[in-house]
Amino acid sequence: MDKIQLGELIKSIAPEAELKEGNQFLEATVPPSSLYQLAKQLREKEEAQFDFLFCLSGVDYGSDLGVVYHLRSTLFDHAVVLKTRTSDREHPQLDSVTDIWQTAEFHEREVFDLLGIKFKNHPDLRRLFLDNSWGFPLRKDYVDDINIVTK
Amino acid sequence: MQEKEIITSTDEQQEYVINMGPQHPSTHGVLRLLVSLKGEKVKSVQPHIGYIHSGIEKMCESITYPQIIHLTDRMDYISAHINNEAVCLNVEKALEVDIPDRIKVIRTIMSELTRLQSHQLWWACFGMDLGGLTCFFYGLRDREKILDIFEETCGGRMILSYNCPGGLMYDIHPNFQKRVKEFIKYFRKILPEYDQLLTGNVIFHERSKGIGKLTKEDAISFGVTGPTGRASGFSCDVRKHEPYSAYDRVQFKEILHTEGDTFARYVARIDEMWESMNIIEQLIDNIPEGPFAVKMKPIIKLPEGEYYQRVETARGELGVYIISDGNKNPYRVKFRSPNFSNLSVLNHIASGFKIADLVAIGGSLDLIIPDIDR
Repeated sequence: MDKIQLGELIKSIAPEAELKEGNQFLEATVPPSSLYQLAKQLREKEEAQFDFLFCLSGVDYGSDLGVVYHLRSTLFDHAVVLKTRTSDREHPQLDSVTDIWQTAEFHEREVFDLLGIKFKNHPDLRRLFLDNSWGFPLRKDYVDDINIVTK
Repeated sequence: MQEKEIITSTDEQQEYVINMGPQHPSTHGVLRLLVSLKGEKVKSVQPHIGYIHSGIEKMCESITYPQIIHLTDRMDYISAHINNEAVCLNVEKALEVDIPDRIKVIRTIMSELTRLQSHQLWWACFGMDLGGLTCFFYGLRDREKILDIFEETCGGRMILSYNCPGGLMYDIHPNFQKRVKEFIKYFRKILPEYDQLLTGNVIFHERSKGIGKLTKEDAISFGVTGPTGRASGFSCDVRKHEPYSAYDRVQFKEILHTEGDTFARYVARIDEMWESMNIIEQLIDNIPEGPFAVKMKPIIKLPEGEYYQRVETARGELGVYIISDGNKNPYRVKFRSPNFSNLSVLNHIASGFKIADLVAIGGSLDLIIPDIDR
């Protein structure tokens, strides 16, 4: 599928999605509530079959916290980027995609560890690298007077 | 007699939880595996990581793009050159810089040499993990020759930092081509010895065939790439699917096996060494003339936007995802490291096998811990 067909498919599943032509990939921004359904449909639809989640990154956009999903189909070799963001910085919560792609289990734990985004229905949401005495270091408002030197 | 029976029955029913690592010789670094055992069988493996988490992604947010290159060396230090290349390619793609052929060819040769020495070290350690100490001496003996070539050209042996945005730090040493050709000639004779020593060994077969099976579907779902994924039949070679540098002008096979067990992962890496030598041989006599670096602006600023570049390291697909807000520092950098995803499959494939097999399976995944922790 090319980018136009992919865009039409995403629009048909989630009409509220905002599409944007990125440098390399088609980017679709959806609200957190419809992300899981869109991801599941993209995985299962005969003509899409996005079976390879090759990157899952958490991003602090300043006011919002977001997660970016890079998806690829190993069968058709087409790719798409899904984005979602939440403005709740106190208790950010998104749906887990672990039951769609198993690689998400570790990646979501990493996002939780470094950005503090909780994932609903994650089988084992614990901190991955750091212990509980740390805050969430990848957030832009993270303050560490000792280890981070500001010029 | 009766007493003995009681002891055996409790042994089988009782669940042991033991720590393998963080300083276990077969984990090749600071990886702690929490292994639940029932008798000698592995029930589950929980990796505990983060012992050498250095916050590279956070550090990248406060330094410039040329400085990031030197941090990527420290992630997967066995394939440092390929990590450097990933960042450089991403920056060059964002700035739309045309890279002369000479740089592309030299980068490709260096990448393949890196892959060769990485697989040699893996073979050496894998043999040692399974009790064949001779492998370790053979592997390191041959790897030393590649490191000497690196040292002559780059100054460094493992941590090369030879790439920079826009090209290379300096030109190749006048001896480079001669020594690479000598090495390839030498290693073509030596590689069959590896097979004689380990590949055909009956004890090795017993310990690796049918152990740690990974199906193609699971490999894709867990994001397992590199030789580990290709041993399960998952065609994931970035060099073929999305050619970068000079990979589009060389002939080579993508190594695919379908068995998905420890032995298949072993054979896949041995086969990849032959393919790497093929690639180097095609390029080493045809390094075009030209500059070794393009003149870049003194302060590199990426246009606002998002950039993703994937490359094939010796262990799988490395992705560099840069979000730029137009400043000289990136807004966010994410490294999708191959080892991180490869580690996540360990519990899935090691459950149900004996604890000695866990060593074999872990060795066949070829994990580099700083790349997992970043």
